[in-house]
Amino acid sequence: MLRQTDKHFKFDWITIILFLLLVAFGYLNILSASHIGSSIDYFDLSQPYGKQLVFIFLTFGLIVLLLAIDAKFYERFSSIIYIVSILALIGLFLFGKNVNGATSWYAIGGMTIQPSEFAKAATALAVAKYISDLNTNINTLNDQIKTFVIIAIPAILVLLQNDTGSTIVYGTFFFVLYREGLPKYYLTIGVSIIIVSILALKFGALITSIIAIILVISFHFLSKKKLRLFQSLFILIAAIGISFGVKFFYQNILQPHQQDRISLWLRLEKDPVKLEQMKKTFAYNLNESEKAIRSGGITGRGFMEGERTTGKFVPEQHTDYIFSTVCEEWGFLGSAFVVILFVLLIIRILHLAEQQKTQFSRVYGYGVASIIFIHFLINIGMVMGLIPTIGIPLPLFSYGGSGLWAFTILLFIFIKLDSNKINEW
Amino acid sequence: MRQFLLFASVIGVGLLFISRLFYLQVFTSNEHNLFEDNAIRKVYDYPKRGFVYDRNGELLVANQPSYDVMVIPREVEPLDTLEFCSLLKIDKAQFIKTYNKAYKYSPRLPSVFVAHLSKEDYAVLQEKMRKFDGFYIQKRSLRKYQTTIGANVLGDIGEVNNRDIRKDSYYKMGDLKGKQGVEAAYEDTLRGVKGIKFIQKDRFNRNIGPYKDGKLDTIPKQGKDITITIDAKLQAYGELLMQNKRGGVIAIEPSTGEILAMVAAPTYDPNILVGRGRSKNFTKLFNDSIAKPLFNRSLQGVYEPGSPFKLMNALIGLQEGVLTPDESVTCYAGYKYGNRFMKCHCYIGKRNNMISGIQESCNAYFATAYRKILDKSGSASEGIDVWSNHAKSFGLGNFLGYDLKVGQKGRIPNRDYYKKIYPRTFYSTYTISNAIGQGEVATTPIQLANMIAAIANRGYYYTPHIIKSIEGETLPEKFTTPKYTTIDKIHFEPVIEGMHQVYKNGTAKWVQVKNIDICGKTGTVENFAIIDSVKTQLTDHSIFVAFAPKYNPKIAIAVFVENGYWGSRFAGKIASLMIEKHIKGKITRTDLERWLLKHGLEKEYAKPYSGKPFNINDKTIVHPVDDFEFERLNKLLQQLHSPKN
Repeated sequence: MLRQTDKHFKFDWITIILFLLLVAFGYLNILSASHIGSSIDYFDLSQPYGKQLVFIFLTFGLIVLLLAIDAKFYERFSSIIYIVSILALIGLFLFGKNVNGATSWYAIGGMTIQPSEFAKAATALAVAKYISDLNTNINTLNDQIKTFVIIAIPAILVLLQNDTGSTIVYGTFFFVLYREGLPKYYLTIGVSIIIVSILALKFGALITSIIAIILVISFHFLSKKKLRLFQSLFILIAAIGISFGVKFFYQNILQPHQQDRISLWLRLEKDPVKLEQMKKTFAYNLNESEKAIRSGGITGRGFMEGERTTGKFVPEQHTDYIFSTVCEEWGFLGSAFVVILFVLLIIRILHLAEQQKTQFSRVYGYGVASIIFIHFLINIGMVMGLIPTIGIPLPLFSYGGSGLWAFTILLFIFIKLDSNKINEW
Repeated sequence: MRQFLLFASVIGVGLLFISRLFYLQVFTSNEHNLFEDNAIRKVYDYPKRGFVYDRNGELLVANQPSYDVMVIPREVEPLDTLEFCSLLKIDKAQFIKTYNKAYKYSPRLPSVFVAHLSKEDYAVLQEKMRKFDGFYIQKRSLRKYQTTIGANVLGDIGEVNNRDIRKDSYYKMGDLKGKQGVEAAYEDTLRGVKGIKFIQKDRFNRNIGPYKDGKLDTIPKQGKDITITIDAKLQAYGELLMQNKRGGVIAIEPSTGEILAMVAAPTYDPNILVGRGRSKNFTKLFNDSIAKPLFNRSLQGVYEPGSPFKLMNALIGLQEGVLTPDESVTCYAGYKYGNRFMKCHCYIGKRNNMISGIQESCNAYFATAYRKILDKSGSASEGIDVWSNHAKSFGLGNFLGYDLKVGQKGRIPNRDYYKKIYPRTFYSTYTISNAIGQGEVATTPIQLANMIAAIANRGYYYTPHIIKSIEGETLPEKFTTPKYTTIDKIHFEPVIEGMHQVYKNGTAKWVQVKNIDICGKTGTVENFAIIDSVKTQLTDHSIFVAFAPKYNPKIAIAVFVENGYWGSRFAGKIASLMIEKHIKGKITRTDLERWLLKHGLEKEYAKPYSGKPFNINDKTIVHPVDDFEFERLNKLLQQLHSPKN
């Protein structure tokens, strides 16, 4: 009995401390970004900072619950959890509430719940379950397609609800599949498509095609690894096709606001008058966010002292743009600290995942790390203007109950699995 | 290898983010400047500008409230321009022009839209102001002159221009700053320091409370009151006497260097440069390139000093030991040098010693004296440097260092100066005109008055100044320490006696004042103008210098009347009256007073511009002003002399 209790409490405290640090620091920044005036009622439930405090308290209950459940439960019930979350996503089409153009919320009383946040964890469980099945071989096309379908169902559902950001998150499962043996050419092809697309948008399809022709021809004749002629031709035609296809996609299929975001990101607009106009419209957020970041300097303006934060110059600052508050008030030192915390957290999870004794735990751990990573990459990249505007939260940091709980569930299921590895044989 | 892809990506992205943060926050971060931060609204609280009092405690300049309509172009919403324009009494074209100018200056920062609304306009506008987003009313303080005199002394305040703002970041668009006279000279003292409130704005430009709880806010520091050395009554009297004439009068108290009066004629009423008429009136004054009312003739007018400069030559001659007071020179109604001749109005064979030389202003005497000074060492090249240095010790030929912003150096030539004209040989006869204060010698009225003050003090002077006292401050040392000339005290008595004789029996005996021992010297200076590119001689300038009383002098004065012909015709009369006014407080020579009010020189000044040939000097007569003008001046005179004033 005693030995068993011991085993139960073998939780990875490093991960838990990193989690607590991020949540606590996130709360301070939400407080700063959302308070109005100088008097603060910390439990004012009409204000984001008040609500967030309640969310955090509830989170501790959630953690106790997650850790109390038997580790085997998650593996055993992963399919059911997945199906429930898919149903919840489908239910949105009937009962969903529209906020900012996306039908992603259930309104229950005064609260709103965003099932797409929870669906990420469910999908991670489902993928882990499927890949770890003894009958699955990721090197066969058949099983690859089945895995893609598991991932694609929630991704397509959230896309239909106009939540493009969450759809992109599902792309992160590539890291998981690659780790588990997805053939290398997926990586080569994926990276090539991304590079060709960016070049085509930035410099035009024609120039990109010419570059592709030169590269393919020189590779064909100079490389030691001889490709057959039809292979090289196929690559060339594909590259040219993608160049023009992307341009066509950008101009005819993307919605105007998406075009704007990409044009802003790749600095396609050169006309100073239009640039000035952009700063007042769709580039306003980014422009204000960049000003807030610059305003921080090395040591920051001080907690609750950032004038751009106090003045609410950056819209959505307590949610998606929370990192700009960190930058303004805590400066380079504070914001670099947050970046390092995230990097440490992800690496710690990866490290633990590699040590897992079951494939299910390892794949799930990889899923957790890659989901946190893609949020970290897109959110902070967006706030600093390195990535086009895509509205997804910064894990554990941004305001919002659904987000906080979803990431808590995601992470603590893994902590529980990890704590149980000693019992696995 | 496969497990490293995500690991490497995480590390790579972390490094990328940190370097981007470093770039934004450390590398390209500019020093945080509250004033350029558009998240913080700056509200200024303007202090009271210091008052200006005259030496007798009479208030000359006070303040009055004024209201400016300010605009922040970015915040302007579509508005009913027709209504707005009619409220502001401007037309639409002007509205657009001003708006564009403000936008060009800065879309975010406030600019003045319409300056100086009257109280009545303000009252009407204030009610409707909330309808016009982006516009607000800024209260300012304008000057209120308690007098109509002293425009050139008191100066004015005006809106700062871009250059002022660049030079001193204290000033913001629409601020007022001293532009001329005392206002400019004592700007830092008078203006005080404006207070500032920092207010946190939100992104809709609403005020959401004090920034950092008002920790950085400052309260305005009131401007200090100053007392100037001008005697307002004497100044007013001088300005009245100079009506319809051009020139400068400057009176200094020799024992302190205080400027008692500083008249520049023609002048204007300082009140016209206050309020909405300012720009129109200023343009008018500025564009008057003939009478030049903005030109402060008593500080900036550079004239050949003429005969008063003979006093200088007499002093140098005595100091250098080349003259004695009793030594006589025979005048042949002029002075012959080489094959040239300098005329004099003495009769042929008149023998003058120093005193009668000064009394009669004998050109031959001073030509002889000048040559003796220059030829003392046998080399005129050395002699002229000695002569030049003595003259410069009286504050001639360079800026005097007084506390007003404008001035001229004048000119006292030395050998270097003549090098261009006479590179090799140089004899004393080449520059003989300097003997009688013509030729290359040039002075401003204030320099000449200062020279007379130094003579009155028998060898030293105080740097002339306009400031008498500043609340809670002591005057700078340079105004309270005497500056000694290079002439020994004993040499002044004969020269002063000569000046005394000028009044007793000489060129100024017709302008004597009973019971005051005045020492003076007349001057009549040839002058030329370029008319249609022909150098044309005009009627001589009338110049007079004097101090009084002979012992314990209270006033030293220099008077220049342009084209007034001989010295005592205009300048002498004015000097005598000013001296009497200052010493006695009332006037006995009312005949002189009446004559001066009655006679003007406007017709004389019009001659060169008439395009017709004209006569000068003895072929001219002085024209009386019309009766209407005379009545007006007479009324002013009565007011000035009335006991309650």
